[in-house]
Amino acid sequence: MDITVNILLTIATAATPLLIAAIGELVVERSGVLNLGVEGMMIMGAVGGFGAGYLTGSPWIGLLAAIVVGALFSLLFAVMTLSLATNQVATGLSLTLLGLGLSGMIGTSFVGQPGVRLPNLDIPGLSSIPVVGKLIFGQDPLFYVSIALTAAVMWFLFRTRTGLTLRSIGDSHASAHALGIKVIHYRYLAVIFGGACAGLAGGHLSLVYTPQWVENMSAGRGWIALALVVFASWRPWRVLAGAYIFGAVWIGQLHAQAFGIPVPSQFLSSLPYLATIVVLVLISRNKRLTMMNTPASLGQPFVPDR
Amino acid sequence: MMRLELVKRPQRSALFSVLSPFIAFALTMIAGAIMFALLGVNPLNAFNVYFVQPISEVWQLHELAIKAAPLILIAVGLSVCYKANIWNIGAEGQFILGGIFGSIIPVLFPDFEGPLVLPLMLLLGMVGGALYAAIPALLKTRFSTNEILTSLMLVYVAQLFLDWLVRGPWRDPQGHGFPQTIQFGDSAVLPELMPDAGRANWGFVFALVAAIAIWLMMSRMLKGFEVRVLGSSPRAGRFAGFGFNKMVFFTFLLSGALAGLAGISEVSGAIGQLQPVISPGYGFTAIIVAFLGRLNPLGIAAAGLVLALTYLGGEAVQSALGISDKVARVFQGMLLFFVLGCDTLIHYRIRLIGFAAPQLEAAPKLEEAR
Repeated sequence: MDITVNILLTIATAATPLLIAAIGELVVERSGVLNLGVEGMMIMGAVGGFGAGYLTGSPWIGLLAAIVVGALFSLLFAVMTLSLATNQVATGLSLTLLGLGLSGMIGTSFVGQPGVRLPNLDIPGLSSIPVVGKLIFGQDPLFYVSIALTAAVMWFLFRTRTGLTLRSIGDSHASAHALGIKVIHYRYLAVIFGGACAGLAGGHLSLVYTPQWVENMSAGRGWIALALVVFASWRPWRVLAGAYIFGAVWIGQLHAQAFGIPVPSQFLSSLPYLATIVVLVLISRNKRLTMMNTPASLGQPFVPDR
Repeated sequence: MMRLELVKRPQRSALFSVLSPFIAFALTMIAGAIMFALLGVNPLNAFNVYFVQPISEVWQLHELAIKAAPLILIAVGLSVCYKANIWNIGAEGQFILGGIFGSIIPVLFPDFEGPLVLPLMLLLGMVGGALYAAIPALLKTRFSTNEILTSLMLVYVAQLFLDWLVRGPWRDPQGHGFPQTIQFGDSAVLPELMPDAGRANWGFVFALVAAIAIWLMMSRMLKGFEVRVLGSSPRAGRFAGFGFNKMVFFTFLLSGALAGLAGISEVSGAIGQLQPVISPGYGFTAIIVAFLGRLNPLGIAAAGLVLALTYLGGEAVQSALGISDKVARVFQGMLLFFVLGCDTLIHYRIRLIGFAAPQLEAAPKLEEAR
């Protein structure tokens, strides 16, 4: 029983950064912007979070730094694609490349240093209830943040007027502009929110998941988060489900490696990436579903006429 | 609050088409100077170490050619994809598979020697890269799966596959346990161009030939026209009878084959055996090369040399100034950013608008009227 609980806990820990980053990107894409820089923003959040935590000794300050760094880094993308109307695919890619390089350079002196870890929530009494106690009351704080964030984004997108406006911009920026909605203004905020989320997800990696700095420690998670948004056909609760499926795959292959099953470890390590491809194929086979949910303006640059 | 406003030009500016890569390079230098200053190094000294010293002797130019060859080969292939608005970003994986396929002969049949070996290896490398690129193309055409994500995921898979090969079945039994294959035999090594002067090999010639061939295709042949039409307007392309699915396969197979050729050229020329890592990110840096070269094969040949210099410079500052060689990737990333930003100038004029701008006096009333 304890083993099951522990595995479930590690799955939650693996799923949390994917969920946070994907929920952020979902809001960005719902506004009609495709930011392929998630991996770059995430790794910048990871190095920023680790650095601030390491230098101040406080994981909370580290977390805050991760969010701020992610948001600032996404601002670069926003200025380029929204104010200068550059190609979103190319700009997102360059954000990822720049982030991977910059984080490697900043992090040179952090390699091998002991990091600080965000403590798990521990409510006396409640978290010692057998089985469910730890699962519900004893996880790291960002687990709760990720669930709350998903619920909040669901509510925001589908139950508020601003959310409706944001979705309408994603579906037709020209119509939204004609109605007097400040398309660029909304998109700026969406992109920065996505950046803050990706930064927070990176902070989770370097302050909770493995409290240390390792170069390229995001290991493609930013790209998987992007795939999750497609997989979820732009629905928040499906992102939640997808993140946990991927968390399970990620943890499953690690356990299989530790278990010593007679399959080369490299094949097991490639499972999360192969699973991403399989899942993308399965979801995109259903063309009607994909067409119905894809924000119609996704990825198209918008220059307001006067 | 200041804000930017873009004003569409009646037609694309020929002046900025030519100038924008140079402006981008200048801006990168300014940002780089700030970065070096922040790192506590005199920027002029750093620039000297980074951009001048690595190409001040003949043998160093050969090193530049070695680094530029794979970048140019991959980037000219990618430029065709991007012109057609098809996004292959997994060239790094196709490069690796090219290296693996091409190594089949020297690793598994080391006794097979003679003048046929090298051409066969190069051919196999191209086949390997093209086959690996065919996967995202197939998934895109059959199931309309997003090619950006699938081609990228396959990079991780390729890296792990290579890692398994050189630690497992293909490991040199006499290699003292090092994760590497046997050293290739003489007939499996890509010859050097001028062995007396430096290490540059035939890979650089392949790169230049590919750049010229693709340039001819894009500017003089129907296929190039097809690529451009489908890229700028898929609807118009359909009316003209150009098949989109065929184009997806054509661009992916072409760019995959060139990346594969780059892979086997690198393995057989510069390295001489397979190792767990055979590329310092050439497949990704080539994306920057493609854009810096304005998706024009001849521009790409020049851009490949510039980006090759950023690799050499990174190594130089690490050994001379003790700065991490990651600085190279920062330069590469910044360069792409500035290139993309400057490209806006080709299609738009940029106006800075402040509160006091007199021509805007009437605008607030308009806002209210809405």
